[in-house]
Amino acid sequence: MNWKRLEVLLPLVGVVVLLAVWSVVTWLRIVDPVLLPSPAATFKALWTGMFHGKLGVDFVKTVERTIYSTIIAAIVAIPLGILLGSSERLYRSVEFLIDFFRSTPASAMFPLFLVLFGVGDRTKIFVAAFGAALVILFNVAYGVMNARKTRILAAKVMGASRLRVLWDVMLLESMPATFVGLRNGVSLALVIVVVAEMFIGSVDGLGQRVFEAQQMFEMPDMYAAIFAAGALGYGLNLLFLTIERRFVHWSGK
Amino acid sequence: MHPAASMELSANARAAATRTAPHVTIRGLSKRFADATIYDNFDFDIPRGKLMSVFGPNGCGKSTLINMIAGLFPADKGEILFDGQPLNKIKFGYVFQNYREAVFPWLSAFDNIAYPLKVMGVPKKERNLKVEKIVASLNVKIDLNLYPYQMSGGQQQMVSIMRALVVDPEILFLDEPFSALDYEMTLFMREQLQRVFVETHTTTVLVSHDLEEAVYLSDRILLLSRHPARPVEFVHYDAPRPRTDKTMTEGDFISTKAHCLEIFQREVRKG
Repeated sequence: MNWKRLEVLLPLVGVVVLLAVWSVVTWLRIVDPVLLPSPAATFKALWTGMFHGKLGVDFVKTVERTIYSTIIAAIVAIPLGILLGSSERLYRSVEFLIDFFRSTPASAMFPLFLVLFGVGDRTKIFVAAFGAALVILFNVAYGVMNARKTRILAAKVMGASRLRVLWDVMLLESMPATFVGLRNGVSLALVIVVVAEMFIGSVDGLGQRVFEAQQMFEMPDMYAAIFAAGALGYGLNLLFLTIERRFVHWSGK
Repeated sequence: MHPAASMELSANARAAATRTAPHVTIRGLSKRFADATIYDNFDFDIPRGKLMSVFGPNGCGKSTLINMIAGLFPADKGEILFDGQPLNKIKFGYVFQNYREAVFPWLSAFDNIAYPLKVMGVPKKERNLKVEKIVASLNVKIDLNLYPYQMSGGQQQMVSIMRALVVDPEILFLDEPFSALDYEMTLFMREQLQRVFVETHTTTVLVSHDLEEAVYLSDRILLLSRHPARPVEFVHYDAPRPRTDKTMTEGDFISTKAHCLEIFQREVRKG
């Protein structure tokens, strides 16, 4: 047997162990089966929910909200981050504000955004966009500020104008940091969207699904919705990583 | 006297004068950093078509000198002219010590070399031709589709040298270009630089911290004092090219190097 070839299966070990422990626990009824349904019941609920039930609709809704808020955040934060980052003085003058609001839990902003935008989708998307934008802004600005001075000088020595240096050098220099910001931003947006779906008068979305299932004591459905949210978060991160590896191939090299 | 004949003579004389006149004239150059006066009313002429090294004690302002000549940062006072023209009227190339931070990792080697042409607004087709020409003339065997991070240090520095040369510069500056390379690569790159110079005879100013390298590669060695730097001596070394390992065993090389070292030591002790 070739052990080297088996090493690719290592990441599955944890999953198998978790499922085994879970099965044993439910089979021996160590935990009340109402609180912890078996893996089979949970994955059946996940499967039927995703492909024949409302869970699939909720999943798509949450994806939409997360993507919209990330896009809005990126459209606002990337140009602003480049602008602020291109002048260290400018950034220093607003640094405290950015750090302050970056440190403020976005969930604390729900009531304010509710007043501003009502109970609809807009509030959820805007709060999430607000949180994500600050994370992206911070990363982009630092990416631009930390652009290698030598590279900027090299472009200047070759006769590049200020605008060209900004476009050809600083923008590309900030790309690795920008993608770090986007990945963190989309994760944060998902967190905020799910929380918003739970508590801000929602009729759909994964957050609402988890909350409703819990209220109805439909435990397999609740676990299924949690797993769906986990898969979504993992998938979004993976998606951005893949885009990053493709477009920012020089990152970390 | 025939008027046409005298015209012809003076045109010849003018051409001869241009050939032998200094390429760069530095007058009254002054530069202060926070804690020290690096240059104080510094005058110097850089000869045309020669490979010149700048050598001197640590911190005397070797790099500062070529950085000011190449306009990386401004002098406090003074005038630097290239055939009587300011820097922005001429084409020049600059090679940084830290090639890793000077090349663009998002561009392939080919696009890195072509970049200054792009800045100048040269059409793509012409850019490609020029890059291919420079690569062929230097006989460089690098896969130019690679990105810098896929290349060795020497190859990356070769890319930045070609990037400096692709614009047909009137003058080429190199700031300790080989000091971040291992010894084997340094020896190889010296030969590459010598080859570039033999091919093009571009006026070249090399900052070096290695006296052997400076003498081996140069026609002229400018020895600077401690700061405020002044030219202590402008040593001539006219061994024929191409120079080889054997050149370094010849009496002329050894005595030139010994002479430079003596002056250098004297200047260091003055500190």
